[in-house]
Amino acid sequence: MEKKIGVYICTDCEIGKSLNIDSLVKVATKTKAPVVKTHPALCQKEGVEFIKNDMATEGVNAVIIAACSSRVNYDVFNLGIPLLERVNLREGVVWCQPPNNEDTQMMAEDYVRMGILKMQKMEAPEPYKAENLSKNVLVVGGGLAGITAANEAAKTGYDVFLVEKNDSLGGWMARLYKQTPTKPPYTDLEEPLIKDLIKEIQQNSKVKIYTSSLVEKIDGAPGLFDVTVKQNGNVETFRAGAIVSAAGTIPYDATKIEHLGFGKYPNVITNYMLEERASKGTIVRPSDSKPAKTVAFILCAGQRDETHLPYCSATCCVESLKQAKYIREQYPDSKVYIFYRDMRTPGHYEYFYKGIQNDPGVFLTKGDVKSITEDENKNLNIDVENTLLGEKIRVNVDLAVLATGMVPVSALGEEILPPGVKPGDEFIPYIMIETDILNLEYRQGGEAPVLIYGYSDSNFICFPYETRRTGIYAAGSVRSPMDISSTIEDATGAALKAIQCIELTDRGEAVHPRVGDTSYVDIFLQKCTQCKRCTEECPFGAINEDEKANPLYNPTRCRRCAVCMGACPERIMSFKNYSVDMIGTMVKNIEVPPEEDEKPRAIVFVCENDAYPALDMVGLHRLNYTPFVRVVPLRCAGSMNLVWVADALSKGIDGILILGCQYGDDYQCHMATGSHLAKIRLSKVAETLDRLKLESGRVQMEQISISEYYKIPQILDEFIEKLKGFGPNPYKGF
Amino acid sequence: MAEEKRILVVGGGISGITTTVEAAEVGYEVTLIEKNPYLGGRVAQLNKYFPKLCPPNCGLEINFRRIKNNPRVKFYTLAEVEKISGTEGDFDVTVKLNPRYVNEKCTACGACVDVCPQERPNDFNLGMDKTKAIYLPHEFAFPLRYVIDEKYCAKEKCAKCVEACAYNAIDLNMKSQSISLKAGSIVWATGWNPYEATKIDNLGFGKYQNVITNMMMERLASHNGPTEGKILRPSDGKEVSRVAFVQCAGSRDENHLPYCSYICCLASMKQATYVREQYPQAQILIFYIDIRSPGTRYEKFYKKVQSDENIKFIKGKVAKIEEDPATKDLTVVAEDTQSMQKIHEKVELVVLATGMAPITKEWKIPTSVSYDTDGFVLSNTGPAGIYAIGCAIKPVDVYSSAREGTAAALKAIQSTSGGVRR
Repeated sequence: MEKKIGVYICTDCEIGKSLNIDSLVKVATKTKAPVVKTHPALCQKEGVEFIKNDMATEGVNAVIIAACSSRVNYDVFNLGIPLLERVNLREGVVWCQPPNNEDTQMMAEDYVRMGILKMQKMEAPEPYKAENLSKNVLVVGGGLAGITAANEAAKTGYDVFLVEKNDSLGGWMARLYKQTPTKPPYTDLEEPLIKDLIKEIQQNSKVKIYTSSLVEKIDGAPGLFDVTVKQNGNVETFRAGAIVSAAGTIPYDATKIEHLGFGKYPNVITNYMLEERASKGTIVRPSDSKPAKTVAFILCAGQRDETHLPYCSATCCVESLKQAKYIREQYPDSKVYIFYRDMRTPGHYEYFYKGIQNDPGVFLTKGDVKSITEDENKNLNIDVENTLLGEKIRVNVDLAVLATGMVPVSALGEEILPPGVKPGDEFIPYIMIETDILNLEYRQGGEAPVLIYGYSDSNFICFPYETRRTGIYAAGSVRSPMDISSTIEDATGAALKAIQCIELTDRGEAVHPRVGDTSYVDIFLQKCTQCKRCTEECPFGAINEDEKANPLYNPTRCRRCAVCMGACPERIMSFKNYSVDMIGTMVKNIEVPPEEDEKPRAIVFVCENDAYPALDMVGLHRLNYTPFVRVVPLRCAGSMNLVWVADALSKGIDGILILGCQYGDDYQCHMATGSHLAKIRLSKVAETLDRLKLESGRVQMEQISISEYYKIPQILDEFIEKLKGFGPNPYKGF
Repeated sequence: MAEEKRILVVGGGISGITTTVEAAEVGYEVTLIEKNPYLGGRVAQLNKYFPKLCPPNCGLEINFRRIKNNPRVKFYTLAEVEKISGTEGDFDVTVKLNPRYVNEKCTACGACVDVCPQERPNDFNLGMDKTKAIYLPHEFAFPLRYVIDEKYCAKEKCAKCVEACAYNAIDLNMKSQSISLKAGSIVWATGWNPYEATKIDNLGFGKYQNVITNMMMERLASHNGPTEGKILRPSDGKEVSRVAFVQCAGSRDENHLPYCSYICCLASMKQATYVREQYPQAQILIFYIDIRSPGTRYEKFYKKVQSDENIKFIKGKVAKIEEDPATKDLTVVAEDTQSMQKIHEKVELVVLATGMAPITKEWKIPTSVSYDTDGFVLSNTGPAGIYAIGCAIKPVDVYSSAREGTAAALKAIQSTSGGVRR
């Protein structure tokens, strides 16, 4: 169907009073919009009817609403058509510029023109429909997290493949003697729930269990993961839609903590070992099987310690209290010492802690255990400093238990950086540890990138399941150290995300953060020069390579951030509704006043996630800024293609500013590395500008968050002042 | 899809919003109800999240966009659940919609505020400043629409706002109404209130102006707060150079909240960074019992804060706080449990790390469900198909709330669909 554009200019909310609407209409008509109309209040019922009437009677099927920001009245202007564009005249022009002013008018006219050109270049996206999509879930790891994820997915109606490397299910949990209390009064130890969960999953016909099995290979993409599993030498393949990775943790190697004597003295054991001994019945010490009646617990053994594990394993305080309790229950005449650094019993665990504190047979103190030595009876002398008693103390015990921490299985390997990246580089796109958990056939490596201490958690506080590999969700302690109830929650959430990815993929929609986006990349392969930028820079590893280094794009892995579009020097990556040509056309059609007018022009590329809403806030607060900027929203700052900079400068634009999200360790970019990539690209263009005798300061990037909107006017004003200092772009008028 | 297959989420804070969008993005219909005139709950009041020190409005903006773009989500503000009947898969719920007195025609132009003669204490800023009786709850409010506080509005006797509004958006005759909803499952995410600090006698809150709570500190540090983000002490608006944080103010205390509120250690450390950023010379004292920064990123953050020489951690519970009536400076009296010394530290501002009290302590779920002695909902004690999450069941941080919200989406889907894949 032929596209018929209708432009609707609202004159309410000071737009009509501040702008010359007739000239706006002329600009729209001149830009070849077939239908151009004004209305006194488009967002009111009559206004919407006004547009709908044109759609019905005049065949308008591509609507441009020149009124308020797209952040408001989104529901009112939901016209049920894919080709809808909002030109922000309210927050973006009249609320941040003086009324009835020549410069304000020029700004509004540019935006109307740019909106129409954008629409002319835009096509309605059609959802990507892959064939033979699988709705099954693959769960890797058969511990508490894996079993929970599998059970929960199956309960929701999905078939599950559960792959466990050991010969039985349950992981560490299967070795537990008791569990910490989960209900008031939070004093009584509970039977491990894992046995019931194992039974439940074994009886569930929707779950196919592979024990003694490893994932040998995963090829493909969400909806289309082809999984090869090796079990006792046999190889089996199946297709899965999404993956929960619940490989779990192993205990830290206690022999490394030399001053605590593990491995040297038989009666120094770890918390894990005590649990196994306790489940066998009487708790006796290893050297002579004597009942362990005086026991010391050393917390943070090799934890919160830069030479061992720098982090806290989050569960050991509570687990040690639990172990102290069952020792006290088994031997009423026993004496237990607990040496801790900070007693970490958050939430309701505090009740449990209080109960233990009230037991006179348990001696608790903060303290640093300096050494453990053995006496002639194989008893252990424990020397502790900095105790709350204000002195050094020594206790003699039958058994010492080290609360060693967890090491995620995802950390068990060498860190591998992308080609050409060195440790300490300013920008490290990702860290890969090849651990044989997933064995993905991805160009960027076989596992999901790790973020902190080898854990593959999320960098986002509000989006705990955000991942750098679409459709692959880590769950349980491989993600972050966590206790039993958190693991169950975590795994249930991961199952939801896996199912959600499967359903979104089925509908041809993107997953977070662009949920519902049905556009995807078209690659004009004939022009590809095999430079590999797109395959290397995709934050989500969506693009593989063939043997000739041509990109092999996986639409269902794609998050639609368009970082590849920004990366490609040949401009061959495009979306139906977002392309280099589209933004380039907008940029090239900004009116550039002649040099003698002394009115510079700058393009401001803004990230539509944070910086664009921040600009709205500027308008909402009626903060004024320079009229010489033209805002162009981008899906992500990382989708900025350098050709736009060239287009702008050759057109006589004086400078280019990018407002993107914070990058670096605590990045806020929702596309992970997008804003950092924008910064790096921009620094490259700065070198080129220097060579062309153009000031490199004509391009600049600022990191801005939505809450820092009040800083924006100054940033814009100062940028324009800087450009004025440089003088006009010498290419102006060429 | 049939009406009875909707998921009902009660509470529009981070937990409830997460459940809503996560379930809707799978493909289920969700109704979200919230008692405030805006979504976002507690986190909307926070200046930054620990440990990343990123702004909550960034994630909220994304979540609001997810709601805006998703036709499967329907939400009501100023709404409260009155009655629940029925069973899993088929609940009948009565919801009371309180009047906003401002309809959907509002363009948030603000003309009404200029003419409104009445003021009200601004609860969003914990009463530290005032708004007009017609007000926008805060600048990032979603929905972006004004609301009238009926307790302070003179209604028809005044009606100046009605005249000033060019859009006929103000309706002073709006009445509360009850609506009936069908739901397959219900997720209860009503969150928490800060523990009432005036109850902690020895710490002087309510008596001494310069003793504030951690939530007040969030508002003071927020650019959209009462001081435009400048941390100034309440008594005289003076800048601060020495600030004490009192941990476990009412928490881990049998007379107040016997449990640990989980977030306060990290919140105080985060707030210490606010002060240090604004006042490079400022000294910070953090009085604590145990520093609870479990896991990877929290422990890393603790180390980072510890490495600041101007932030001193003192292990010891604060016994009392005294005020010098002339200067309004405060003396914190505590026992340093490591040196066994009684210490007196003079500071200009004291921040009480008050804990979380579940809203379910006062406002129960209208169904048969059990609570612990602190008012938290006991999991798995109510009817099948009703799930309490977030701070309704235990004190949690934002990350865990979002995680629980995601998990609850799956449980709600199971109850709604009866385990049948659509």
